[in-house]
Amino acid sequence: MAELFAKYNYWIYIALMMIGLYAMIAKGNLAKKIIGMSIFQTAIIVFYVSIAAKTGGATIPIIAHGHEGAEHAVRVIDYVNPLPHVLMLTAIVVGVATLGVALAIAMSIHQRYGTMEEEEILEQIRE
Amino acid sequence: METVVSIKPLLACLISLAAVVPIVLSGKRPNLREGWTFLAGFAKLALVASMLPVVLGGGQIEYTLWRLMPGVSIAFRVDAMGLLFALISSTLWIATSAYSIGYMRGLDEHSQTRYFAFFAVALSATIGVAFAANLFTLYLFYEMLSLATYPLVTHHQDEEARMSGRKYLTFILGTSIGLVLPAMLVIYSLTGTLDFNQPGLLAGVSSQAVVVVLLLMMVLGFAKAGIMPMHGWLPAAMVAPTPVSALLHAVAVVKVGVFSIFRVMTGVFGVHLLRALDLGTLVAIIASVTILVASLIALSQDGLKRRLAFSTIGQLSYIVLGAALLTPKGMTGGLLHIAMHAFGKITLFFCAGAIFVATGKKNISEMVGIGRRMPVTMTAFLIGSMSVIGIPPTGGFISKWFLVLGTLEAHQIPLLVVLLSSSLLNAAYFMPVFYRAFFCTPEESQFEPGVVAEAPAWCVAPLVFSACVSVGLFFYPQPFLRLAELAIRNITGG
Amino acid sequence: MIAPEQYPVLIVVIPLLSAFLINLIGMADKRFCYPATLLALGGSLAAAVAVAGQVAAGGVIHYRVGGWPPPFGIEYVIDHLNALVLVVIAGVALVAAIASKCSVEAEFPHKRAQFYTLFVLLTTGLLGMTITGDAFNLYVLMEISALTNYALIAMGGNRALVGGFNYIIVGTIGACFYLLGVGHLYIMTGSLNMADLLHLLPALFHTKAVLVGAILMLLGAWIKMAFFPLHGWLPNAYTYAPSATSTLVAPLMTKVSVYIMIRVLFSVFGAYYVFTVLPVKGLIVWLAVAAIVGGSLFALAQQDFKRMLTYLIVAEVGYMVGGVWLANQWGITGAILHIINDAVMTLCLFLFCAIVVHKTKGHRLSDMRGLFRRMPVTMTAFAIGALSMIGVPPTAGFFSKWYLILGGIDAHQWGFVAALLFSSLVNAVLFFRIFEIAHFEPADEVHGHGHGAVAIDEAPLSMLLPLVAVAVGLIVLGLYSTTLVSTFIHYAVPAGI
Repeated sequence: MAELFAKYNYWIYIALMMIGLYAMIAKGNLAKKIIGMSIFQTAIIVFYVSIAAKTGGATIPIIAHGHEGAEHAVRVIDYVNPLPHVLMLTAIVVGVATLGVALAIAMSIHQRYGTMEEEEILEQIRE
Repeated sequence: METVVSIKPLLACLISLAAVVPIVLSGKRPNLREGWTFLAGFAKLALVASMLPVVLGGGQIEYTLWRLMPGVSIAFRVDAMGLLFALISSTLWIATSAYSIGYMRGLDEHSQTRYFAFFAVALSATIGVAFAANLFTLYLFYEMLSLATYPLVTHHQDEEARMSGRKYLTFILGTSIGLVLPAMLVIYSLTGTLDFNQPGLLAGVSSQAVVVVLLLMMVLGFAKAGIMPMHGWLPAAMVAPTPVSALLHAVAVVKVGVFSIFRVMTGVFGVHLLRALDLGTLVAIIASVTILVASLIALSQDGLKRRLAFSTIGQLSYIVLGAALLTPKGMTGGLLHIAMHAFGKITLFFCAGAIFVATGKKNISEMVGIGRRMPVTMTAFLIGSMSVIGIPPTGGFISKWFLVLGTLEAHQIPLLVVLLSSSLLNAAYFMPVFYRAFFCTPEESQFEPGVVAEAPAWCVAPLVFSACVSVGLFFYPQPFLRLAELAIRNITGG
Repeated sequence: MIAPEQYPVLIVVIPLLSAFLINLIGMADKRFCYPATLLALGGSLAAAVAVAGQVAAGGVIHYRVGGWPPPFGIEYVIDHLNALVLVVIAGVALVAAIASKCSVEAEFPHKRAQFYTLFVLLTTGLLGMTITGDAFNLYVLMEISALTNYALIAMGGNRALVGGFNYIIVGTIGACFYLLGVGHLYIMTGSLNMADLLHLLPALFHTKAVLVGAILMLLGAWIKMAFFPLHGWLPNAYTYAPSATSTLVAPLMTKVSVYIMIRVLFSVFGAYYVFTVLPVKGLIVWLAVAAIVGGSLFALAQQDFKRMLTYLIVAEVGYMVGGVWLANQWGITGAILHIINDAVMTLCLFLFCAIVVHKTKGHRLSDMRGLFRRMPVTMTAFAIGALSMIGVPPTAGFFSKWYLILGGIDAHQWGFVAALLFSSLVNAVLFFRIFEIAHFEPADEVHGHGHGAVAIDEAPLSMLLPLVAVAVGLIVLGLYSTTLVSTFIHYAVPAGI
């Protein structure tokens, strides 16, 4: 039982993902879909960052230097795994770009059809 | 057996394809355009005939154009069987082209350039099938023929043509893609080759049930052979202009169908395997049903071309029956009938078209007394009918004679009965046409007495030619008889 | 000149840099965007061909971007599988670009710079996806091509906006699934390099995490390739997209996604895991059967030519997925060959569609009346493309069907064989219906025995020449299929199958 809750990061990301997925699919308003998409992508980012964490008080992966510039041997165990963080920087950028494109298209749809509700748009198309 | 490697088979096949470009370019000058067709026709005949000496001497000519994968290539092999078929088609193309000039110009038809161009392509495909060395090449040219003949069948571009075109494609493409293609692939996966000179490979690698299924798929899959129930396209295709019906449905398309069946039965399955599994009987039954039913339906048709169509369906199954007999005389008869029926039937179609051009009549009931008006045509019609029925002194008698001997050789008396009764039926549906054309009182005649008005010379000459050949073949059936005998000798390995 | 070892990276770098250049050029003078695009894509194609030659001669190429060794750096791996796909992508993109001139000038002349920038960027994304040997890098390039794709589709306005929006939603789900899958693999192995993963995963085959990773990556690829039943986004997105967009995207996006599936299956997880450890190959072949049959039937029901073609894409994807999961030499060979053949066939059909739209301003079936008379050369080239879809020798389509059917026979998957034949017959009906409309129905009142002269009004050369070249290419491709198989594809099938 305790084991299940030890990996609480997984539960959080699954919950976020499901919320995002639900919003994307079940909601009829385009803006809500976009928000859902954003939540969905954020869930994955959270997941990746969370797996980088290490037990034992590891800190953020920025090497601390003394003012003298003395070189210490870097103890890997003190820093969280930087690779997932780096990957997620890319993913965040991708997410922002996707968000931008989606918003631009939603705006165009609103200009063209006058509404952001999927039902009303489909009705207009059917005519 | 001597095998010569020569590019002649490829050239014979391609020469009419090459003619398509000049034909299309000379569209505005009909005489030049038709000149290209004749040039290509004579060149093709010359090429085909030039291969006669080697083959008659017992040899073969081979040429591989393109190797695809082990056991599959685009390759040609000229043997006696293929040369027989090629000789007939090339000769009759020239005759039909002459006839087409008379017919198309006589009726002032549209799109003549398209007509002559696709005709050339169709003949190219026919020669390709005749000289195919393996099942893949045969399939390739078979499909090419289906596609090339579609614009010809639907030439008139009206609603009727559209519906018939659909029927044509449904039967022909549907069976070739749905039956022949998978059967071919199964054969390839079982034996690793599709070549025709290695018959019987299926024996060692598959069960009897598989062989039977494959054989049925092939026999029914080559729907151009008109075996029932895959015959529906033939009467529908009669909406085409008569020269199309004449060449394609008396000579090229339908003969490609039966030729393919003959080739596959003897070259892929092999006579020994078929005999061992008693599959000859199965095919013979299917063929017999078609012969009898088609002849009966022909009796009820008033449209002359439709009657001829059903007659063709029946006659084609004679050829398949010959193959199914699996005896030397029977198979020789079947192969020979390809030649005899071609000349006889094309005469009949030429006559039907000539009648239409000269009088506009399509139905037999409207042709009472026409013999007075068109004596040459109707005499040719008589000769053609006699050949198809199998009465001497026409070539059709010779092939029927061999078929009858074949049934005796195979101890298949029921098949003998089928042959004889169908001959009677043939007489029953042909003779009335001739009788009413000539022997009627002046009152009954639907035409003015004393007026002789034949179709244009370009129409009459070819039908006279093919009628004379039909008679001539009785007295001198060479080189067809020799080729057929050679072919059967190769097949039975004797 | 540039050293031959650098050609791999040139394939991606040339279009990448050119995209930005084209945008700058566009600000100065719009007319130069088109030639700049052609130059960029031509350069990329030349590099791709050169690299394919190197692979054929010397085997697999490993290129380290920036000289960093894996697993620290990103590695480009060009083996026999993607060498071909790279050439196809660059080639199809170039041909589509050549043919795009008239459509772009007709539909959005003031947005030329943006269009060509996105066009070249999309091609960059596709090329990058194909060439990379790093799982995460693949995600990045996947999103580059996806984003540019969304934008290019949305340029069609009106219904394209709605279809495009839906595509964004679904496409993002797909890409995120893929990313999650990569994440799971990373957690278990600590590596993102594909070759590395291939070594490290076998020890972990029993774990749930690897299984979930595999499922997620597979689902992501399936969403991107519109594999039934995840195909819903495709018809709306492609039908209303501008002609120039669909000519590029329709032949390529789904095929590259199929490539990704093959790459992930064989170069990350390995054939043993995919076919033996996972018990799903029979089930997936049945899904493929459903895709083929469903796609064909939906296509039959369409009155709009372009929409019909999109459903045919769904069916063709079924061919490829089914072929791979047949798990035998013939099937996988057929699937890989079909990636190439289908890309070229689809290009032919969509080029034709662009011409029809350009001439008749519509893409419904009824817009094709009397086209045989008006545009004989175009219709002949289209007929060759149609014959290839039906599967008539010697066009390319016949040969991929040959291998696929043999694979089905070998694996005793008779449903798959039957589906392939059914699809050929349905394609015959579909395309002959079009031939009938083009042949029988008069554009004006001229018909029957009349000799009315219908003027020949062919497509403009910039659209006609690419179409004719592709049609000829289909026949050449067909005749050389077995050469392709023996030189490249044979080595791409994993050993031991």
